[in-house]
Amino acid sequence: MPYEAWKDNEYIEGLVNELRENGTNVIVGTFDKLINWGRSNSIWPLTFATSCCGIEFVSLGAARFDMARFGWEVARASPRQADFMMVAGTIVNRMVPVFRRLYDQLAEPKYVIACGSCAISGGPFRKSYHVAKGIEDIVPVDVFVPGCPPRPEAMIYGIMQLSRKIKVERFFGGVNRQQKRQEYLNLVQEKQS
Amino acid sequence: MQEQIAKLFPQATFETVDNTLTVTIDDAHWHDLATYLRDQLHMDYLVTIVGMDWVTSLGCIYYMMSTVDNKMVAAKVSTTDRVNPYITSVADLWAIAGIYEREVYDFFGIIFVGNPDMRRLFLNIDWKGFPLRKDYDENDPRNAVSIENERQTDDTYTYVRQADGSVERKSVPVFMPDDFVVNIGPQHPATHGVLRFRTAVDGETIKKIDVYMGYIHRGIEKLCESLTYPQTLPFMDRMDYFSAHNYHHGLCATIEKAAGITISDRAQVIRVMMDELSRIASHCLFIGTYCMDLGATTMLFYTLRVREQILDIMEKTCGARMTFNYDCIGGVMQDIAPDFVADVKALLEILPKNIKEYNKIFTGNVIARNRMEGVGVLSRQDAISYGITGPSGRASGWACDMRKEKPYSIYSQLDFRQVVAEEGDSMARFKVRLQEMEESAHILEQLVDNIPEGEYCVKVPKMLKLPKGAWFDMYEGCRGVFGVYVESDGTTKPYRLKLVPPCLNLAAVVDHITRGEKIADLITIGGSLDYIVPDMDR
Ligand code: SF4
Repeated sequence: MPYEAWKDNEYIEGLVNELRENGTNVIVGTFDKLINWGRSNSIWPLTFATSCCGIEFVSLGAARFDMARFGWEVARASPRQADFMMVAGTIVNRMVPVFRRLYDQLAEPKYVIACGSCAISGGPFRKSYHVAKGIEDIVPVDVFVPGCPPRPEAMIYGIMQLSRKIKVERFFGGVNRQQKRQEYLNLVQEKQS
Repeated sequence: MQEQIAKLFPQATFETVDNTLTVTIDDAHWHDLATYLRDQLHMDYLVTIVGMDWVTSLGCIYYMMSTVDNKMVAAKVSTTDRVNPYITSVADLWAIAGIYEREVYDFFGIIFVGNPDMRRLFLNIDWKGFPLRKDYDENDPRNAVSIENERQTDDTYTYVRQADGSVERKSVPVFMPDDFVVNIGPQHPATHGVLRFRTAVDGETIKKIDVYMGYIHRGIEKLCESLTYPQTLPFMDRMDYFSAHNYHHGLCATIEKAAGITISDRAQVIRVMMDELSRIASHCLFIGTYCMDLGATTMLFYTLRVREQILDIMEKTCGARMTFNYDCIGGVMQDIAPDFVADVKALLEILPKNIKEYNKIFTGNVIARNRMEGVGVLSRQDAISYGITGPSGRASGWACDMRKEKPYSIYSQLDFRQVVAEEGDSMARFKVRLQEMEESAHILEQLVDNIPEGEYCVKVPKMLKLPKGAWFDMYEGCRGVFGVYVESDGTTKPYRLKLVPPCLNLAAVVDHITRGEKIADLITIGGSLDYIVPDMDR
């Protein structure tokens, strides 16, 4: 995709600048680039779909949209082998602990894409008594893909954004954003109070 | 029928609600009446139990249908006690009643005396309150989202009536102490969504399955009560997302009937065409995913090719690939796209070739046949008792296609065959679907050149109000009978909207159908039933 076609260049550049300001070691930086090149081109999703959006994710895997072109087709059934989680579908109260556990089981470094309005905010079911109002309160989210359901093209765009984010990350030295459970709980508490 | 019942049950009162005889009876005589209805009047198919909160009382409406003459009857049982509402269970008469009653208990807190398993169905055991009661507090902080694991228990409860008339609660274990229980799901690639099976196994043989639902329970019925009639429609796309058109059609038709709106012929034809296109697309996806369950991943790509073609047709007309929201009250949202007819014709041309190809690649395959033939056999009697409709029911020899049995829209004028098989195994369920695709194509052939001229949507009042009353209708979704119960109190919003999904029954039968089978077959049997989890959970 050409540079101008991206919608959020400023954001990514901001991220890069921030990282640069912290100073980069030349050798480590080169390694970073190499590893990130590999990582960003083979991000494996976790097979995780709860409802309608998941079906579009299936279409994404089939011949027409063919996510194998980008190296994302290796959908893993176990979170321990996956790099990112495409949260496609509504997350309801009963699913929340399971969902959180899946996230905890993903191997570091891990990423989350909130796909569809349900995952972003609860979508059409926001007013329901049994639906989580967005997964951001449960796990940290890297990319949001709006839509109900998002078209497969939108999903491709979303995952490509994720690759771009991965490319500018620093793999070595303190950037693996593992959030400890307690840390996370404190954050949630802060947010609520 | 009314006289027959009145003779035996003098205390019963009768009314006719939406052309269905409705018997109101007290709880003490309900079980006798139910037995009589089932055994003497052949009401062997329990369509649904509609839980109701009439504020002064709580109660249930049972809809039953006879598989002999397609007659329907409804029974109303209520109780005024809101703290300990007891109704006698009929789980011993219809196998599916057990699950239906658990659903009513979950939503309304009505306790069914005699039901062997009275746990909550969709909500976790510590949930406070009963959400579909009118006085439910939606903002109870005790029900807030929590990342702590829900409390699990191995016990269930049953309520038994004592000799003195009081009711006692008893605890019963779900599994035996020496059972080896394997947990499958909710996050498992082969359960087709977030469904959980607790499976007791003896070596490789399945002894018992405890189905856990509710991992995608979104409270659609409650949401609908606070929305106007047109606003309730978009949820139909999101239950069984493959039957989006069929479900829309169903709800729209019921509301139109209630409001006395007649829609144009053009809209009828367009709706039916969309329904049949959905059916083809849905069965295509079934074949793909089912073959994938059996290890033949390539089939998914073959079948999705046809599905994409259908989605293209729909996208041109409806503007979306999945959640169409196309049928509206009074007709359809917009006219068909200019190349709709040409596209459908192109599809009809390639479809027979494709079906032939599927048969060649898969149906005759030795491995496939070994894994499907004679596996997961469901008898006709059990299919009826469990209310298994749709292709899965027809594979067991039960002619339950509502397009034929209770024709709605223009189906009575169309020429098509109801596909019924006798074997009742996975292979039959697979083949019925394949043949149904051909029948749907046949329907499309009849209609594609005969779309009548006219308006696609008639004028309906902006604020649609339904008169006081109740309506119940059944439609054919892609996976079985989709029932709609609407009760109106004369305002713009439904007082109660009950949606009867076919997939709840399909999940309920898994325990029965897999007993004694190998655990490796659990996945293929579940796949051949083709349930959609958001549909059963709503
Ligand atoms: S965002 Fe829309 S399509 Fe996706 S899961 Fe939610 S309701 Fe379904």
